[in-house]
Amino acid sequence: MNDSNTHNSTPAQLTARKTADDTLTVFLSGKWTLDQPLPDIIELKKALTADNAVRTLSFDTQTLQEWDSGLLVFLIKARDLASSRNLTQNLNIDLSGLPDGAKRLFQLTTAVPKREGAEKSDTREPFLAKTGGAVINIAGSFKEMLDFIGDASIALLKFMTGRATYRSSDLFLIIQECGVEALAIVTLISVLIGLILAFVGAIQLAMFGAQVYVADLVAIAMLREMGAMMTGIIMAGRTGAAFAAQLGTMQVNEEIDALKTLGLQPMEFLVLPRMLALILMMPLLCIYSDLMGVLGGAVVGIGAFDITPVQYFEQTRGSVHLSHFLLGVVKSIIFGIVIALAGCQRGMNCGRSATAVGYAATSAVVTAIVIIIALDGLFAVITNILGV
Amino acid sequence: MDPKTAHITVRNLTMAYGDFVLMEDISFTIFRGDIFIIMGGSGCGKSTLLKILVGLKSPATGSVTIDDLNFWEVTPGERGKIMRRFGILYQSGALWSSLTLADNIALPLEQYTDLNKKQIREVASYKLALVGLTGFEDYYPSEISGGMRKRAGLARAMALDPDILFFDEPSAGLDPVSAKLLDDLILELRDSLGTTLVVVTHELPSIFAIGTNSVFLDVETKTMSASGDPNALLKECKDPNVRSFLTRGRE
Ligand SMILES: Nc1ncnc2c1ncn2[C@@H]1O[C@H](COP(=O)(O)OP(=O)(O)OP(=O)(O)O)[C@@H](O)[C@H]1O
Ligand SMILES: [Mg+2]
Repeated sequence: MNDSNTHNSTPAQLTARKTADDTLTVFLSGKWTLDQPLPDIIELKKALTADNAVRTLSFDTQTLQEWDSGLLVFLIKARDLASSRNLTQNLNIDLSGLPDGAKRLFQLTTAVPKREGAEKSDTREPFLAKTGGAVINIAGSFKEMLDFIGDASIALLKFMTGRATYRSSDLFLIIQECGVEALAIVTLISVLIGLILAFVGAIQLAMFGAQVYVADLVAIAMLREMGAMMTGIIMAGRTGAAFAAQLGTMQVNEEIDALKTLGLQPMEFLVLPRMLALILMMPLLCIYSDLMGVLGGAVVGIGAFDITPVQYFEQTRGSVHLSHFLLGVVKSIIFGIVIALAGCQRGMNCGRSATAVGYAATSAVVTAIVIIIALDGLFAVITNILGV
Repeated sequence: MDPKTAHITVRNLTMAYGDFVLMEDISFTIFRGDIFIIMGGSGCGKSTLLKILVGLKSPATGSVTIDDLNFWEVTPGERGKIMRRFGILYQSGALWSSLTLADNIALPLEQYTDLNKKQIREVASYKLALVGLTGFEDYYPSEISGGMRKRAGLARAMALDPDILFFDEPSAGLDPVSAKLLDDLILELRDSLGTTLVVVTHELPSIFAIGTNSVFLDVETKTMSASGDPNALLKECKDPNVRSFLTRGRE
């Protein structure tokens, strides 16, 4: 896009000179393209403020060699300058001196008037206002969370009385996704946790020649704590994030709006099956994880510390009580609810963009893991007081 | 059917996102059997108006009355009942991406009719055929083109033979022949089923061909600047923005 030859191009230059009593002419010369430094508008501003008699701004482009958007950006800045001048009379802009193409492009930029109120104001807020705003936001999101939990409970209640509308095929699909398909990773992590617990424990216990108690240590730790917690963390990363991303994407695509206008409650239709699936699958996965952990411990105990399989088995059986096992299972159900709620809530309240979906997934995982660990701590304290 | 019974009445409606007021003081009436066109420049708030009419977004002020019921003052349960009589085509299609086209249409049928699986499948195929998508029953929304998604969305909107159909730019992304077929379909729906249609569109030929009533939203004045039969507007309306819109900027 240019009007003249490109040989021996000189850098862009700008001089402003009065050519009549009330006319300021801007002489543009050289190559006005974006790929090289362009003169600052300051020069023009100075010339304009120096003289209050100027009523018309005109352009002279006889020595202009080449131009592109760089020239137009300059013209727009000049126009804004002209209209913002502190004068009773506005400045006229005379475009006749410009190359034809530039003139037409410039006129196009003013074809659609600016929308009032549309421009976002970026006023700097003072620190206190920002802090206050942040606190109000937190309070707001806390309320959102409570609302969500309330709605989810109502949906669950409706399910129990058989009045909830959802697709059972959805439920089975989700059960499969968060049950069977999670087995591999749960196996891997649980066996490794069992191994690690056994190693750490056995080395210490061997000092007293009591390495056989490694079986107790692994069994109790897995059943009471690690089984539930590890499946919780795995499922938060695996399924919680998936829930948030699925629902978030549906929100972005207006799919959730499409459900609502059909008179279907997204709470029952989308959230309920996800919640049910996790409530059903988490305890099963937790029991499975317990088993795998004990197995991992046994591998170390039997393989590296000279405990016979029978001995290890007897020791394990002697140490485990039903209460250990039940405590883990109950926790896993609660963790399942936490994961489902965090994932679905973040997904349903997702903004309408791709970044928002990513953010929803991240925050679903973080929220779930934080709550799981905090709850686990709380459980440890309570069971300690109760002596369970 | 008496063509002059009011179906949807909008009075002094203001729409806003937070502090950003889009439009103020909008009033119009949509009659039974109307093909009502919502016109206006890009970004003026047509989709937003549609969202308010279908119950997805509450108005800042003003009222929307549907068959004598104040849509935004009844209980959510009753609003849900009214909404069930709507069919909506979203600007983006909004098909459920985890379901095939046939299942997308089947879902509303499963929920609100007593048809068995086979019948539902047949109805779904019929609706897809109406919009020219025969044979695409088992495709997922991600496997078809933008224009096809629009048409599939249309088929889903018509699934339950609703009283009122809302279309957000149904012909955007369609070739001229499909756009013409769509116009024919809209007229046919109105004539044979007595459906009321509310259509957001920029297509001048189809505005004049099918529109029986309309409202024009003006970005500059932030309110409606005309309402009525688009053909009459073209003849009589004096407002320069409306004229410019209806004549493609020639006047
Ligand atoms: N969720 C939202 N939050 C804030 N502002 C919004 C939101 N959605 C839309 N807007 C603003 O509302 C205005 C109208 O949007 P809307 O989608 O209703 O326009 P439209 O008339 O349908 O345009 P088009 O013809 O391009 O589809 C736009 O200026 C947009 O910036
Ligand atoms: Mg729109």
